[in-house]
Amino acid sequence: MNPKIKKIKEFWKDFSSNKVAVVSLIVFMLILFVAVFAPLVSPTDPYDLNTVSIMNSRLAPFSEDFSGNYFLLGTDGAGRDMVSAIFYGLRVSLGVGVLSGIFALIIGSFFGISAAFFGGKYESVVMRIVDIQLSFPSILVALIILAAFGKGVEKTIIALILVQWAYYARTARSSALVELNKEYVDAARCLAFSNTRIMFKHILPNCMAPLIVVGTLQTAHAISLEATLSFLGLGLPITEPSLGLLIGNGFEYMYSGDYWISIFPGVALLITVASINLVGDHLRDMFNPRLH
Amino acid sequence: MTPFIFTRLAQSVLVLFIMSLLVFGGVNLVGDPVEMLINPEADQAEVERVIRELGLDRPVTEQYWYFLVNAFKGDLGDSFIFGEPALKLIIQRMPATLELALFSLFISLIIAIPLGIYAGYKPDSKTSKIIMGGSILGFSMPTFWVGIIFIMIFAVHLGWLPSTGRGEIGTFLGINSSLFTLNGLSHVFLPALNLALFKISSVIRLTRAGTREIILQDYITFARSKGLSEKRIVLVHILKNILIPIVTVVGLEFGSLIAFSTVTETVFAWPGMGKLIIDSIYNLDRPVIVAYLMIIVTFFVFLNLIVDILYTFLDPRVRIKGDSQ
Repeated sequence: MNPKIKKIKEFWKDFSSNKVAVVSLIVFMLILFVAVFAPLVSPTDPYDLNTVSIMNSRLAPFSEDFSGNYFLLGTDGAGRDMVSAIFYGLRVSLGVGVLSGIFALIIGSFFGISAAFFGGKYESVVMRIVDIQLSFPSILVALIILAAFGKGVEKTIIALILVQWAYYARTARSSALVELNKEYVDAARCLAFSNTRIMFKHILPNCMAPLIVVGTLQTAHAISLEATLSFLGLGLPITEPSLGLLIGNGFEYMYSGDYWISIFPGVALLITVASINLVGDHLRDMFNPRLH
Repeated sequence: MTPFIFTRLAQSVLVLFIMSLLVFGGVNLVGDPVEMLINPEADQAEVERVIRELGLDRPVTEQYWYFLVNAFKGDLGDSFIFGEPALKLIIQRMPATLELALFSLFISLIIAIPLGIYAGYKPDSKTSKIIMGGSILGFSMPTFWVGIIFIMIFAVHLGWLPSTGRGEIGTFLGINSSLFTLNGLSHVFLPALNLALFKISSVIRLTRAGTREIILQDYITFARSKGLSEKRIVLVHILKNILIPIVTVVGLEFGSLIAFSTVTETVFAWPGMGKLIIDSIYNLDRPVIVAYLMIIVTFFVFLNLIVDILYTFLDPRVRIKGDSQ
């Protein structure tokens, strides 16, 4: 059998030993599908002014309007179908979360691996910065950036990258330090490969497992943080309605008992974040040698 | 010991300096301060007068220097909205935030440490699995959303507890706090519990991890073979040894409670610093934004410094490493 396929099969066997993690993975895949294909699977386009009618404002879940449109989860203050708004919101939330996660992974592993590789002054400066940054809570770092530079899509993504990169850098460095002592690195050095090649073609692939664990947990955190910032009115602008903004919009109707406008987007957010966290938590246990 | 503290102190000053650059640069250079500071209905002469008065016609380096000098004097400008010194506004609202954060720290430790020790002590029991599953859920739940649900259930639906504002303020031993009156406690309970949820999850996980590692140590085996009761092993040997990581966390978590209180304060309309900063950002009240950021960063830098120093007392290994550098 192809060794790669065998490896994947072994991995899956290990992964599927935890039923909760498997269910979470399936749930997450469904959410991802809905987010990617939101325009196709949504009952209506919630941001098309021709189909949204203010007459349908704040309809309760399971209700119909006069022309027979059915609203499973009700409508919001502007008469938008909540199901569609949530699907589109998932798209924005996941998009921002995953995008910032990927950038942070690239930046973080670059600095982490190069710090381990070159050592010396460079390493201590990089790791000092990482330590200092990690001593500030993520929301504070994001708050400083967004309060100082204003809100917006790019600024939110930059804030989320800044919040996350240090975690990747720390993880990448500690696994790269272990890899550096292995023989294949010596062999690559004897072949006079360039430093860049050794770092990113040889060491990086072997550091991927812990980085993926950190990646899942950090992405969940980033999605949650973006929702919080958008709820506070600091994150995404109203032109990019993420789940956090939807929850924020519903907050003003809370006291009049229209619970569904805030609650359902929150449930969607909770399921998304929890499913990623549960998968990540299981991956961490799988890759943790101390527990075996 | 001394060189360790000295390097940390130097580092703290450096962080503060970089933060002042960032805050000053962000607020002054990216946005247009003239537009942000001056009444849009002002005529040309008025605009020029204000520009001169605020020193906006000077070179940037000079402006930054004045900003630093004034910051040291404790003058970070007057709020546009309240017309009072920004620093004074923030200090006025600080007790409400501290009170909320302290109470929620108390709630989270009282709940999390026993649960964490239990989950680490009997990792395979059903209860432990429920505790750990619950902690992941607690991690995943967005704080602001849980706050909204609390308001919906306990305030709107059941009407048990008030959902907005701070209650009556009582005085005890010369300290004014709403924690000393029944009405005050009823107001602080929901926001504090909301703020505590996230911390409960992280302290449970930390305590459990610590307990699981300690339980394998030789001294626990030794204590057992001496015939000590399990109760004594848990309460003395385990609890004492997990306190080192917990002390660090309590210090650092207290800071993050203050940072996260911005969210809770906004949801529960709690009149603290956090709500003030969010309102100020919304109103583009620049002096208050700058003052808040500088104060909170200073607070964090010193908090981290104190935690670091405390840590060297608790864990001699850190001290030795610091001295040999």
